[in-house]
Amino acid sequence: MDLFVGQLFTGLSTGSILLLAALGLSLTFGQMGVINMAHGEFIMAGCYTAYVTQQVVGDAGVSLLIALPIGFLVGGAMGLVLESLLLRRLYHRPLDTLLVTFGVGLVLQQVARDVFGAPAVNVTVPEPLRGGVDLLGTTVPKTRLFIMALAVVAVAAVTLVLRFTPAGRRIRAVVGNRDLAETAGVSSRRVDAGTFFIGSGLAGVAGVALTLIGSTSPTTGQSYLVDAFLVVVAGGMGRIKGAVVAAVALGTFQAVFETYSTASLAKVGVFVVIVVFLQLRPQGLFTLRTRSLA
Amino acid sequence: MPLRPKLEARDIARTLAATAAITGLIATAACGSRAGEETVAAESCVDTSGDTVKVGALNSLSGTMSISETTVRDAIYLAVAEINAAGGVQGKEIEIVAEDGASEPTVFAEKAEKLIREDCVAAVFGGWTSASRKAMLPVFEDNDSLLYYPVQYEGLEASPNIFYTGATTNQQIIPALDYLAETGVESLYLVGSDYVFPRTANAIINAYAADHGIEVLGEDYAQLGSVEFSTIVNQVSASGADAVFNTLNGDSNVAFFREYANVGLTPEEMPVMSVSIAEEEVGGIGIENIEGQLAAWNYYQTVESPENAAFVEAFKTEYGDERVTSDPMEAAYNSVYLWAATVEKAGSFAVADIQANADGVSFASPEGTVVINGDNHHVAKTARIGEIRSDGLLYTVWESDGPIEPDPFLEGYDWAAELTVTE
Repeated sequence: MDLFVGQLFTGLSTGSILLLAALGLSLTFGQMGVINMAHGEFIMAGCYTAYVTQQVVGDAGVSLLIALPIGFLVGGAMGLVLESLLLRRLYHRPLDTLLVTFGVGLVLQQVARDVFGAPAVNVTVPEPLRGGVDLLGTTVPKTRLFIMALAVVAVAAVTLVLRFTPAGRRIRAVVGNRDLAETAGVSSRRVDAGTFFIGSGLAGVAGVALTLIGSTSPTTGQSYLVDAFLVVVAGGMGRIKGAVVAAVALGTFQAVFETYSTASLAKVGVFVVIVVFLQLRPQGLFTLRTRSLA
Repeated sequence: MPLRPKLEARDIARTLAATAAITGLIATAACGSRAGEETVAAESCVDTSGDTVKVGALNSLSGTMSISETTVRDAIYLAVAEINAAGGVQGKEIEIVAEDGASEPTVFAEKAEKLIREDCVAAVFGGWTSASRKAMLPVFEDNDSLLYYPVQYEGLEASPNIFYTGATTNQQIIPALDYLAETGVESLYLVGSDYVFPRTANAIINAYAADHGIEVLGEDYAQLGSVEFSTIVNQVSASGADAVFNTLNGDSNVAFFREYANVGLTPEEMPVMSVSIAEEEVGGIGIENIEGQLAAWNYYQTVESPENAAFVEAFKTEYGDERVTSDPMEAAYNSVYLWAATVEKAGSFAVADIQANADGVSFASPEGTVVINGDNHHVAKTARIGEIRSDGLLYTVWESDGPIEPDPFLEGYDWAAELTVTE
C-alpha cells in the first residue's frame, strides 16, 4: 500500500516533468498549430545553457538560478530565429513545417555534438537539492520537488500572461480568430513571433531544470519530444488547462501501471489508453471553441 | 611519436581511394556487357602486390552511437600507425579506408559491402551494436571477407568470417556474478534497457542465479533512451536486494544513477554492477552519483602493466591528455595487432590462410596476453571487476586467474544448457 501511495506521488512528479517539457509546445503547437519537431532540441539547448552557465559561474546553486532565465532567453531566441527565417513562410503548410523543423532538429543535434562533443556532460546538482525527503513512506528526491514547484510556477506565469496582459489578450485573439483580430488592428505576424518566443523559451527553461534528473547530451531532447506531443494532443489543442490535466494523468498512469508491470509495458499501456481515448474524444480533454469561420 | 603528419597523409590517401572507387564505378558501369563476369563476387579483389595493404575502418562517426564509436576509431588508427612505424605487415604499409556506419545497421551492411567490393580491403575493423554486427555478418560471409568486432556482446554467435575481440558472456557477466556471489550477495535486482543484449544477459543471470541459490527479486526494462527511473528505483529500493545488476545503455544510465543516489541508495548498502559503463560514461553521470559503484570489463585505463602504460601514453600523446582509454578501445587496438600477427604467421593476407592460422595467435596487450581461439574466433581474455573512484577512473578490485577461454555458447556450464537450446 505504501508503495502505491508513493507511486501516486511519483506520478505527480513524472507528470510535472512531462508538463514542463510540454508547456512550451502547448503554446506553439496547441495555440499556433505549428508542429515543431525541433522543440526537443530547444530543451537540449536549455540543458547546455545550464552546463555552460555552471562552467562559467562555478557555484552550482547560483548558476542554476541564473541559468533558468538565461535558458528562457536562449530557447526563445532560437525559436524567434526559426520562426522568422523558416516557419513564417510555411504557415498553413503543416507537413512542410514538420519536415523542416525535423531537419532543424537534426542540425542542432549535430551542432551540439561538434561544440560540446558526443559524450554526455555533467551538470552538478546543487548541494541543497541533493538527496531526498521522506514523504508518505517513499523517498522523493529533492530535485523532483524542485521540478514540481517550477512546473507550478511556469503554468501560473503562462496563465497570468495569457489572461491579464495586453500581449496575452492579443495571443488569445489571434488564436480565436486570426482575421477578426487583424481587422481589429492586431499584427498577427508580431503575435506569432511573440507566442513562438514564449513557447520556445519555456522549452529552454524545461531544459535547464531537466539537467537535475536526466542527462545532458546532444540527443537529450529526443527523449522528451514524443511525450510532450502526447500531452498536448491528449489535453486538447490550445488549452493550458488540458496540458496540465493530461500531464498529471499520464504521469500517474505510467507510474502506477509500471508498478504492476514493467516500464516498457507501461509505456505501451499509456499509448493504448491514449489511442482509445482519442477515438472517443478526438478533440482531447478540453476543447477550444474558436470563432473562426473555417 | 610523429603521428600527426601520417594522419594527414592518410586523409589524402582516403581522398585518392574515394576517387579511385568512383572511377572504378564509372568504369564498371561503362563496361555493362561484362557485368555477367562480375557476379563471381566471392572472388577476392584484394591486391597485395604493392607496398601497401588496405584495411577498412567502419565506425559510426555520426548519429547516436558516434559517442562511443569514434573512440574505437581513434584506437584503430593508433594501432595502425604503430604497426606502420614498426615496419608494417609483411613489410607492407597498412592503409586505412574509413567509412561512417552512421549508427544505422543497414548503412553498416552497405558500407561493408563497399569496402570489400570496391576498396578491396584485406580486413575490416569496427561495428559496435549487435544490430550492426548482425547486419554485416551475411555481407562478410557472402563475400568471404573478414570483420574484427571489438565490443563485448551477448554471445551465442561464431561466424568463420568474424573475429570477436571483445568479451563474450563467460568473460564478463559470469565473472561479475561470481564476484558478487563471492562477496556474499544472495539476492539481485536486474535493471536493463529493452533490447537484445540486456534480455540475453538477464536470461543468463537468471539461469546462473537459479543454480547458485541467488534470488532474483525483480527484473525491469526501460526503453532505450528512457530518462524516467523514479518507479524502477523505488521498486529496487523497496525490494531490499543485496545488489543491482545493471545492463542499461547510454543516457539512461545518467538518469538512473542520479535517481539512485538521490533516494539515498549507496554502494555500501546496495552496490550496482554495470556492464556498459566505462571511463567515457562516468563523466556524464557525474562522479558524485556513481563513486564506489562496480563495473565488469576486461580492461581499465588503470591496469598496471608496461604494455598498458605504453598504450595510454601513446593514446594521450596522439589525442590529448584529457582523453581516457576504455575496454572497447583497447579491444579494437588489440584487434589490429591480432590481425597483423595472424598475417605474419600465415605469411599471407588471404582469408582462408588467416582462418587456418588464427588459432593460438597471441598478443601481449594492455589488458594482458590475449589469445585467439581458432574454433570460435573469440579471444581468451582476463576478466576484471572495477570500482569507480573519485577521479572518475575504474580500479581493479578483482581479476580472474589469467585469461578465460571464450565460450560464446556457454557449453561448459551445465546450468546454461537450456539457454543455449532455446536460443
